[in-house]
Amino acid sequence: MSAPTLHAATPAEEVAFYVAEEEHAHSGASTMLGFWIYLMSDCLIFAVLFATYGVLGRSYAAGPSGADLFDLPLVALNTAMLLFSSITYGFAMLEMERNRKGMTLLWLAITGLFGAAFIFFELYEFAHLIAEGAGPQRSAFLSSFFTLVGTHGLHVTCGLIWLVTLMVQVAQRGLIEDNKRRLMCLSLFWHFLDVIWIGVFSFVYLMGVLQ
Amino acid sequence: MSPDTLAQHHNPGHGHGHGHGHAHGDGAGHGTLKGYLTGFALAVILTAIPFWLVMGDVFANPQVTAFGIMALAVVQVIVHMVYFLHMNTRSEGGWTMLALIFTIVIVAITLSGSLWVMYHLNANMMPMPAHDMRGMP
Repeated sequence: MSAPTLHAATPAEEVAFYVAEEEHAHSGASTMLGFWIYLMSDCLIFAVLFATYGVLGRSYAAGPSGADLFDLPLVALNTAMLLFSSITYGFAMLEMERNRKGMTLLWLAITGLFGAAFIFFELYEFAHLIAEGAGPQRSAFLSSFFTLVGTHGLHVTCGLIWLVTLMVQVAQRGLIEDNKRRLMCLSLFWHFLDVIWIGVFSFVYLMGVLQ
Repeated sequence: MSPDTLAQHHNPGHGHGHGHGHAHGDGAGHGTLKGYLTGFALAVILTAIPFWLVMGDVFANPQVTAFGIMALAVVQVIVHMVYFLHMNTRSEGGWTMLALIFTIVIVAITLSGSLWVMYHLNANMMPMPAHDMRGMP
């Protein structure tokens, strides 16, 4: 079979990589389910990290323990930031359903600020710990702590980048069907990260201080 | 395959009315203001109680406090799932719920299995004096 046969579709004919009649399959009907399944796989990543922390969380190597290190008021503040960002994202979704572009963007911006505050406090905490000599290399406990909490923080950071990208998209194109679908995916992602944080503050911080 | 065959293969998909507008509607459920506010109020209460339990030293026995924290965390996760993630048994024809149940099973096996095995591994290790331990990598 020669090359010309492979390129049987003449330049005049548009090259299609999917069955033309199935085009509607790309219109987002199944995106939400697919994204949900992605979140579930992400959930497994966190399950493994939680299990690692559960196993290593008491291996201090004669170093500092959670009770020595964790600053609960700061964790409470962080928790509040993430919870506020969850409810403000919910408000953004409600405004999106009413097709009010300005209000949607405003609530998204507020969500972004709360998310950025969360990342700021978390980085402050990490910097503080590392300055105290309690960096990830100090003990198995701290290695697993930084991996688990850091992975969550990385997810929130990615969520923030996604949020800003979508704000630009909405500002430029308006609340079109595609942007609504994207905002709904980010909504799931953002609330999902808040669910993971419940596990982090309960299992890591509160139980860690409790001994 | 002729275009006719393709069309025949394709038709059953349309059979159960997965039109454009409809498919969008039954994706992720839509929240209401009341739903979000209820969820938020519950989440605040369910967050405040465990922090208060630990910071206020409410129970003398730490095991009771630990149990309380984990129980409240589970309740709060369910609250978030219902009010923020709009989980129910109907969205996407039950597939999201099925995926969730599958994930919960895997997570439960991963967590309980790791903790169980590693606990017994530690318990069955030969005791090692502290000064030998210090030389370990």
